Amino acid sequence: MASALINVPARAKRGEVIEIKTLISHPMETGFRRTQVGALIPRNIIRGFVCTYNGTEVFRAELHPAIAANPFIVFSTVATESGTLVFHWTGDNGFSVTESAAITVE
Amino acid sequence: MQRFGAAVGAVAIAASAFAGEIPRSDRRSGYDFMSRETRAMQDDDAANPGQLWVLEGGTLWNRKAGAAGRACADCHGDARASMKGVAARHPAFDAARGRPVSLEQRVNLCRTDRQQEPPLAWESRELLALAAYVARQSRGMPIEVAIDQRTQPFLDAGRATFHRRQGQLNLACSQCHDDHWGRRLAGNVIPQAHPTGYPIYRLEWQGLGSLQRRLRNCLVGIRAEPYEYGAPELVDLEFYLMWRAAGMTFEAPAVRP
Repeated sequence: MASALINVPARAKRGEVIEIKTLISHPMETGFRRTQVGALIPRNIIRGFVCTYNGTEVFRAELHPAIAANPFIVFSTVATESGTLVFHWTGDNGFSVTESAAITVE
Repeated sequence: MQRFGAAVGAVAIAASAFAGEIPRSDRRSGYDFMSRETRAMQDDDAANPGQLWVLEGGTLWNRKAGAAGRACADCHGDARASMKGVAARHPAFDAARGRPVSLEQRVNLCRTDRQQEPPLAWESRELLALAAYVARQSRGMPIEVAIDQRTQPFLDAGRATFHRRQGQLNLACSQCHDDHWGRRLAGNVIPQAHPTGYPIYRLEWQGLGSLQRRLRNCLVGIRAEPYEYGAPELVDLEFYLMWRAAGMTFEAPAVRP
């Protein structure tokens, strides 16, 4: 079960810098921990995050084992035109989640 | 309002019985002891990871389950109206069981009795999600558990547990949380133990957890054998703590360090 919370301003002025907040549900298991009987818990993390704005990549991040569970990623971009922001997370064990948000630019 | 007034009266009478208890004017939520950054995390719904469970709980609320083929919403309707204030008055007395039940127990009672499904495991993602979703509807409301003849013995039992020394360190809850709140235990500030925001997202856990999980943590900390999840001792303790926090603002899902 993966769920993500996206916060994008619904409206913005052309040329305005907008802040985008994303929060996704993920355990971010490091791969360094062991169970009580000593067995290694396999790594299970998100490796990459990409945001595209009307098809153009505006933000990309690589994630590593030291990042806490439920990664919260905040970044900004310039509101250029009305359209859709698409968010894509990929990770271990075929993890792949895509979310989108609409924005109106005046 | 009248019920609230009565609860305040009961607080005043009982408070005089224990000199060590925190005066009403000095009561502070764990929120007040947190760093600015952690407070900002709790206050912003876009940043509060507890919202992930609330979101999931909203989905579960509408999903049909069990032999009865009923969703929570089929009986309770829109949770934003029907569940308003519910978490702020739990644990609440359950007539069938003859004792107070916690919010998680209430969810599971509904599941077994009405949906005819096996109960959800303690601290499972689904149970926490439903509890968080219900608790979210009480945010901003005053905590108010009902004290009457039926519940008074359980309140007394909870208070006795709170004041009883136990574990290898031979400590009572009250020794830290009544007598030494605001001081430090290792690097951490000792809060007053008001359960204002459960289930909480605890940064140390990297996940959501119930009040019972937190209480068991504390018991391990004083090297006592923790009570099992759902044990009467834990529910009574929850009940006492909620009574002790009566009138304080409910903040679920809260973030704690």
